[in-house]
Amino acid sequence: MNSVIKGAGYILAFTPDMVMQNGTTQTTEKIVNPDSEYLKKVPEHLRSYEEVLAYMPNQTYIGNMTPDELATYEQPWYDKKAPVCDRYGKYGEIMPQDEFLMLMQICDVFDLCHLEKSFVAAVKPKAEAHPLYTEDMIAKIKDGVELSEIEHFVNDEHAEPLYHEGKLVGYVKRAHDVDTNLSAHVIHENLVSKASCVLSLLHLIKATGINKDEVDYVIDCAEEACGDMNQRGGGNFAKAAAEVVGLTSASGSDVRAFCAAPTHAMIEAAALVKSGTYKNVVVCAGGCTAKLGMNGKDHVKKDMPILEDMIGGFAVLVSENDGVSPEIASDMCGRHTVGTGSSPQAVITSLVATPLDNHGLKIPDIDKYSPEMQNPDITKPAGAGDVPLANYKMIAALAVKRGELQKADIANFATEHGLVGWAPTQGHIPSGVPAVGPLCDMIKEGKINNAMIIGKGSLFLGRMTNLFDGVSFIIQKNSGKAEESSVSEEQIKSLIAKAMKDFASTLIADAE
Amino acid sequence: MDLENQKRVKDFADQYGPENIVVMLGAAESEASGLAAETVTAGDPTFAGPLTNVQLGLKVYHICEPEIKAEVNADVYDEQVGMMEMVMDIDSICEEMNNIRSEYCKY
Repeated sequence: MNSVIKGAGYILAFTPDMVMQNGTTQTTEKIVNPDSEYLKKVPEHLRSYEEVLAYMPNQTYIGNMTPDELATYEQPWYDKKAPVCDRYGKYGEIMPQDEFLMLMQICDVFDLCHLEKSFVAAVKPKAEAHPLYTEDMIAKIKDGVELSEIEHFVNDEHAEPLYHEGKLVGYVKRAHDVDTNLSAHVIHENLVSKASCVLSLLHLIKATGINKDEVDYVIDCAEEACGDMNQRGGGNFAKAAAEVVGLTSASGSDVRAFCAAPTHAMIEAAALVKSGTYKNVVVCAGGCTAKLGMNGKDHVKKDMPILEDMIGGFAVLVSENDGVSPEIASDMCGRHTVGTGSSPQAVITSLVATPLDNHGLKIPDIDKYSPEMQNPDITKPAGAGDVPLANYKMIAALAVKRGELQKADIANFATEHGLVGWAPTQGHIPSGVPAVGPLCDMIKEGKINNAMIIGKGSLFLGRMTNLFDGVSFIIQKNSGKAEESSVSEEQIKSLIAKAMKDFASTLIADAE
Repeated sequence: MDLENQKRVKDFADQYGPENIVVMLGAAESEASGLAAETVTAGDPTFAGPLTNVQLGLKVYHICEPEIKAEVNADVYDEQVGMMEMVMDIDSICEEMNNIRSEYCKY
């Protein structure tokens, strides 16, 4: 039987100080043009926590608005206030920076992350009040250190500074004197990824109600790598995050495939469950500090707020078929192969048309497509256009070439078969998966019957191949347990009994 | 334009001479095409990469421009670009590319 999607968790962490400290656009600028006008202007363009709560794409990400509701508002969205400005939504939350820094400290098991005394005194009560933190997590909050210690490590020991509201409030120290893979920068990046993954897992557990002991396997599909100089990407973020959350029965591993990794991981999770290897597999990922403020220069130039001030995370639970939850059609996956080629036409054909062809379906037979769901508010001012819309136009154009759609209907295809984008530009975070939660809800509500999730990845960035990458899978309405052709225990007993009876009759006949 | 690609363009221009280089773009939007074209002619407008303040003035075209389409076998073009022709705003891309070339192209 096909495996099902039991639920999803989606979180954001508001990290405005990390935009300046850790976003590569800003850190590169500090090296290349340390006195640039842009760097001077960045602080004026950073948003407040209240502003990010009031930002509609953020409220859509955590489930307080549906993508369809978001689509009713004219773009741009950054100058409009969301009808709901809550911290918590049905999928997750938007965590403020001070609490996120403390979550990073909670997630640090090697005594590498330290926070200042008065900061700890102010933030610890907030952590203790978090509805999903476990007692074990709270017990990991360390006493704060003196500011002089922080300054010493930052100034003399290559530690990565932690800022909140422009004030130095902590540090992440290097984990090795020589090994660049364990530098303070890398450890910081990885702790952010781990902490945002942990928060996603906590919300997934709440959203699905699964008993923590029942999670068998966790797959992390973020874009960071942890390891030392002898195995730079050794892993294993998945088990590290599962440990913090208390998934004591789970094992896990990391899947890496740039932005396509979440979709690869979902297909693998579905197969692991369908094969009977595991009953409950979680696919999850934390976010990425490097991409904070990635398009900041264009946002500042256009006098907009810097919208890439959020770390994203997600978690999805894939389980045995319960007869109710939306199924993953494991036999209908699309894949970009080594021989596919890299023209957009070849890519879209391999990801969208080929898996449908194999089952006698046409492009318009899929009710909704979720390709790259980047928030257009972020990408349009940077000259990258509306990424989801561009994808829908390509899918529609392919349908026209295949005679499955009239050319005049290309414009409507995006409205009828697409969603507007709302996800932060955190690489793997906007890639197909942000829509898994909303699409499953739409299927359960009977609004749609099926949807295709498409993940695409730019492998050339790793300089090992110029190949493109991508995979896709289809979510569909549960066909119900009863339809599956399986044999019950009683039927097996009856079949064995009949066979033995027949055999006995033969023996009797022979004896006679 | 990606910093590594800027480096590659600069290296090729040094190696083969800028007059012998044609840069071919495939961006889906006129603005993105214009930014890339500006980078290889007037220099990196973001002041971040190796082409910052380097005015190579290279010949630069977008794959959807008629001059380039005429150079490609029609079947190959249809197979590789046919779908994208329906998606791209070709007039606006051509206008952007012509503007950049007339202003900055040296060859």
